[in-house]
Amino acid sequence: MTENHHDVTKTFPRYSATFDEFTISQIQRAAATGIYDIRGGGTKRKLPHFDDLLFLGASMSRYPLEGYRERCGTDVVLGTRFAKKPIHLKTPVTIAGMSFGALSAQAKEALGRGASAVGTSTTTGDGGMTPEERGHSSTLVYQYLPSRYGMNPDDLRKADAIEIVVGQGAKPGGGGMLLGQKISARVAKMRDLPEGIDQRSACRHPDWTGPDDLEIKIEELREITNWEKPIYVKVGASRPYYDISLAVKSGADVVVLDGMQGGTAATQEVFIEHVGLPILAAIRPAVQALQDLGMHRKVQLIVSGGIRTGADVAKALALGADAVAIGTAALIALGDQNPDLAAEYAKLGAKPGTYDDWQDGRDPAGITTQDPELAKRLDPILGGRRIANYLSVMTMEAQTIARACGKSHLHNLEPEDLVALTMEAAAMTQLPLAGTNWYPGKAGF
Amino acid sequence: MSGTRNTQVFDLSTSNLRELNSRLQNEGPDAAWEIQNPVGRHALAVGLTQPISVTIDGHAGYYAAGMNQRANVVITGNAGQGVGENMMSGSVHVKGNASSSAGATAHGGLLVIDGDAGARCGISIKGADIVVRGSVGHMSAFMAQSGNLVVCGDAGDALGDSLYETRIFVRGNVKGLGADCEEKEMTPEDLAILTSLLSKAGVTDISPSEFRLFGSARKLYHFRVDNASAY
Repeated sequence: MTENHHDVTKTFPRYSATFDEFTISQIQRAAATGIYDIRGGGTKRKLPHFDDLLFLGASMSRYPLEGYRERCGTDVVLGTRFAKKPIHLKTPVTIAGMSFGALSAQAKEALGRGASAVGTSTTTGDGGMTPEERGHSSTLVYQYLPSRYGMNPDDLRKADAIEIVVGQGAKPGGGGMLLGQKISARVAKMRDLPEGIDQRSACRHPDWTGPDDLEIKIEELREITNWEKPIYVKVGASRPYYDISLAVKSGADVVVLDGMQGGTAATQEVFIEHVGLPILAAIRPAVQALQDLGMHRKVQLIVSGGIRTGADVAKALALGADAVAIGTAALIALGDQNPDLAAEYAKLGAKPGTYDDWQDGRDPAGITTQDPELAKRLDPILGGRRIANYLSVMTMEAQTIARACGKSHLHNLEPEDLVALTMEAAAMTQLPLAGTNWYPGKAGF
Repeated sequence: MSGTRNTQVFDLSTSNLRELNSRLQNEGPDAAWEIQNPVGRHALAVGLTQPISVTIDGHAGYYAAGMNQRANVVITGNAGQGVGENMMSGSVHVKGNASSSAGATAHGGLLVIDGDAGARCGISIKGADIVVRGSVGHMSAFMAQSGNLVVCGDAGDALGDSLYETRIFVRGNVKGLGADCEEKEMTPEDLAILTSLLSKAGVTDISPSEFRLFGSARKLYHFRVDNASAY
C-alpha cells in the first residue's frame, strides 16, 4: 500500500467554492483588525471584458487594407461641440487622471513626457497641477473634482481641457482617501491641509447637485476660460444611459466613462469589487444615449477601465467610443509589478502582479509614493520613453486590426466588425454571438 | 475704491453675459464698473484677475464673482448658490442674502454677507475669510480646511462637520455640531483674528466678546475604527 492510497470509505478533503481561500483570508483579516481593507487598483475579479469579443476581419465581402502601405488614421479631435479650441490628438489612447500625491512627481513627469512624445494628452488628478506636469505635457487635461484640492483659476486657464469629475469606475458614488503617509509637505501645501493626516476627498461637489446645477457650473467654467477649453464630464459606469444623457444635457463637450476595472489610489476593497459596471457592459448604453440624442461623434466619448492592448482600443472604438484612457496599464508600463522587484514586494507581503497597497506609499517601483528615496528609483526620462513605446504599440496594434477590417481610420471601426464569444458579452453589447446573427433579447435564433 | 477712472456702466438688458465677463476679465487695474439689470443671471463677474471694483446693482444668480482674484465685487441684492466660490483673493460683499454653498472652497479673500446665508456656507474653504451678519444654514463649514467663518447670527445643524483647521466664530445659537467639531477656548490670538475680521467686514455694532469659537477636535485626522460611529 502506498502513502497516496486513497481510503475509499472517506471523501477527499474539499475546499468550499463559497468559502474559498481568499474569502477565508478576508474573514480572518477582518476579525484580526476590525477595519475594512483599503487598497489601490481596480477590481481583480473575472468580469466580462473585451476578451469576450472578436473581430471578424475582411474576406470575400470586405476588402482589407495593406498592413504596411495603406494609411490608417488614428487621430481624434475632442471638444468640437462648444469649445473654441478643441484638442487634436494623434492617437486615441490618452492618459487618465492620477494625482500628484497618489503618484510621485517623477511618475507624473514621465507620464507627461511619454504622452507628449506620441501626441496624446495626460490628466491631472485630485490635488492640483504641478509646474513639472504642465511643463512636460503638451496637452494637459485639468481635473475639476469635489475636493477642489489645489483648484486654482490660473491653472484652469493654463489647461488645454477641463474634466469635471463626477465619479470614477473604481468607486462610483465614493470620495477619496489619501492616507497620511503619502501627505508630504509639498502635497499638504498644495491641498491646504496639515502634513501627515489622512485626507478625505468629498464624494459630492460642494457647490452643485444634479444636472441642472451642472449646466450652470459648466457655463461658469466656460465664462472663466473664454469658452476656449473643451469641458469633459467624467462618470463612473453605473447607469450609463442616463448619466451620459444628463452629461450631454448639462452641456459637456466630451463624456468620460470609467468602468469598474479602472484603478484608484486608495479605496475600500468592498467598494472596488462590488460597486459599478464593467466597462464592456457600459459602452453600448452610453453610445445608445448619444445616438438617441443625435450627439454621437458630436459629443465625444472616452472610455476607460481595463484597457490593456491595441485590441482593447480597437474594440472600444468599434463599439462607438472616440478615444480611450489608460491608468493602471500606464503604471505597469512605467515599471509597476516589475518581476525584478520580487524580493521587495515579498517584504510588503506581495508578489509582482499582485501589488495593490498603493495607499501605503512604499511602492518599491517608486511610482505610487511620496518617499523621496523610493521616488528617485523612477527615471522620468526613461519612464517617459516606456510610456511612449507602450502607447505607440497600442496604436499600431489597433491599426493592424482596423486594416484587417478594411478601415482607413480607427474611427471607421463599427459594431458590425465584432462578434461576442459569450452569452454575457452578447447580451451586454448586443453584438451577435459568434457564428449566429442573434444576441440575448433579440427575437429569433 | 480709489478708482482713477469714472465708473463705467454695463447694462445686461442690452448686452450679453459673454461680453460683460470678457470686458471685466480684460480690464486694467483700478477700473470701476456698475452692472445694471443683472436680474439673477448666473456666472456674473466670474474669473476676474485685476484689482477692479464691480457693483452688481440687483440680484445675482449662481456663482457670482466665482474664482475671484483681486477684484472687489459688491452685490446690492441677493446672491444665488456658490457666490464667491473658489475665490483666491479680493473681496465679495453681498448686501442681501446668499443661497447655499456661499464661498465654497475659497482659498483666500474676504466674503461678507450682510443678510443670511443658506446651507453649506463656507463648505470646504481653504483659507478664505467669511463674515455673515445674519445666520447660516446647516452643514456650514463642512470639511473646511483653513481660514475663518464668522457668523453673527445663528448656525444650523451639523456645523463644521468633518472640519480641518478652519476657525468658526458664532455669536448666536448653534443648532448642532457636526462630526469632529467642538467648542474651543478663545485665545487672545483667536480674538484678535475675529476683531480684525469684524472690522474688515464693517461690523462695528457687535462686540467680539459675544462670540464662541468652534474648531476641529482632530479625532478624525487619522482613520481609527474606534471612531467609526462618528461617520
